[in-house]
Amino acid sequence: MFLKYCLKDSVPVTGLCPQAGSYGVQDSLRRGFSSVKNELLPSHPLELSEKNFQLNQDKMNFNTLRNIQGLHAPLKLQMEYRAARQIQRLPFLPSSNLALDTLRGSDDSIGFEDILNDPVQSEMMGDPHIMTEYKLGVL
Amino acid sequence: MALSNVLEPAVSGFNFENSTRNIVLENGSEEGKIKAPKPMKTGTTIAGVVYKDGVVLGADTRATSEEVVADKMCAKIHYIAPNIYCCGAGTAADTEKTTDMLSSNLTIFSMNSGRNPRVVMAVNILQDMLFRYRGMIGAHLILGGVDCTGSHLYTVGPYGSMDKVPYLAMGSGKLPALGILEDRFKGNMDLEEAKALVSDAIHAGIMSDLGSGNNIDLCVITKEGVDYIRPHRESLYNYKRQAKYKYKPGTTPVLTKTVNQLELVHETVQMMETAGSS
Repeated sequence: MFLKYCLKDSVPVTGLCPQAGSYGVQDSLRRGFSSVKNELLPSHPLELSEKNFQLNQDKMNFNTLRNIQGLHAPLKLQMEYRAARQIQRLPFLPSSNLALDTLRGSDDSIGFEDILNDPVQSEMMGDPHIMTEYKLGVL
Repeated sequence: MALSNVLEPAVSGFNFENSTRNIVLENGSEEGKIKAPKPMKTGTTIAGVVYKDGVVLGADTRATSEEVVADKMCAKIHYIAPNIYCCGAGTAADTEKTTDMLSSNLTIFSMNSGRNPRVVMAVNILQDMLFRYRGMIGAHLILGGVDCTGSHLYTVGPYGSMDKVPYLAMGSGKLPALGILEDRFKGNMDLEEAKALVSDAIHAGIMSDLGSGNNIDLCVITKEGVDYIRPHRESLYNYKRQAKYKYKPGTTPVLTKTVNQLELVHETVQMMETAGSS
């Protein structure tokens, strides 16, 4: 039912493939088999919009800022975001992202990301060696 | 147990992993079509009215799950801030969680800025939140409150639409309730008149709609404070149990009894390094 509704007025997105590996193609070894349907369309109407929500908000805000204050404003902010994003723990440990949250202003608001599916309470744990190797790109 | 197929940490927030599986289950083979369980809806009548000194909100107390009454005394008037209350219709869990989150956000704001939140702030936060999820969160809300700019009554729909009016009704029983409100509403009513009007509107909803019923709750919000009257009017059909179903001790006869004494064999004390010790 959702697929029919999605099919009518949506443009297939190339970046949706959930099984994509490092080269953007299907990664059978690590993620198993997939179907063409999975790669073409999202199974839930909100899946795509939620995946890219933060990115789209940032893009929109930076565009507005650029139009109002000139190019330097978003450039400076993006440089600060990039620096704050690098303050992380090792890949298999949960990082608090405190600096990034303070910059964004999301440290004093509560959304569904804070209540649902808390990574601290997730039931699955990744193998530390494999996760670090994947993060460094040597896997 | 560390799994070797987990390459990235889980993303927090909504998880859509099971939606493909759900679609396959629902549209599956022709004989084996499995229906998804329906969420508990509040199937409600809620109403609100602005009067001379503030706002009166009213709600019935029945929650239904398809054709069964799931909760006879459910609280549909939720606390948002000391001066703002919200009635919720639609999916029960959605209204609860959304109003909870709204209340938390407004509390953080009051602590940060030292001011009481305004009703427009609550409405704006709700609109952003509900529009982001494109109506998937089924929450039809009536927000009422008194702040430094006066008394306000707003309605927010599940897709993020908003309306500011002096009298409102929402829920499955809103048409009969609106009929009463349209007939008898006037500006600048006093307290008893406003309470009677809201109570009669909810009563009309209860009588004409299957999804609303049981008692009527009222909430009066003024500059001085809040009066949460629960219940304001109780239903005539109160289901009292006919007999007591508790058994006296000794009803079940004891056939045999064996007692095993546990012997203390060996006791050791082991010192542990804990983080709390100096």
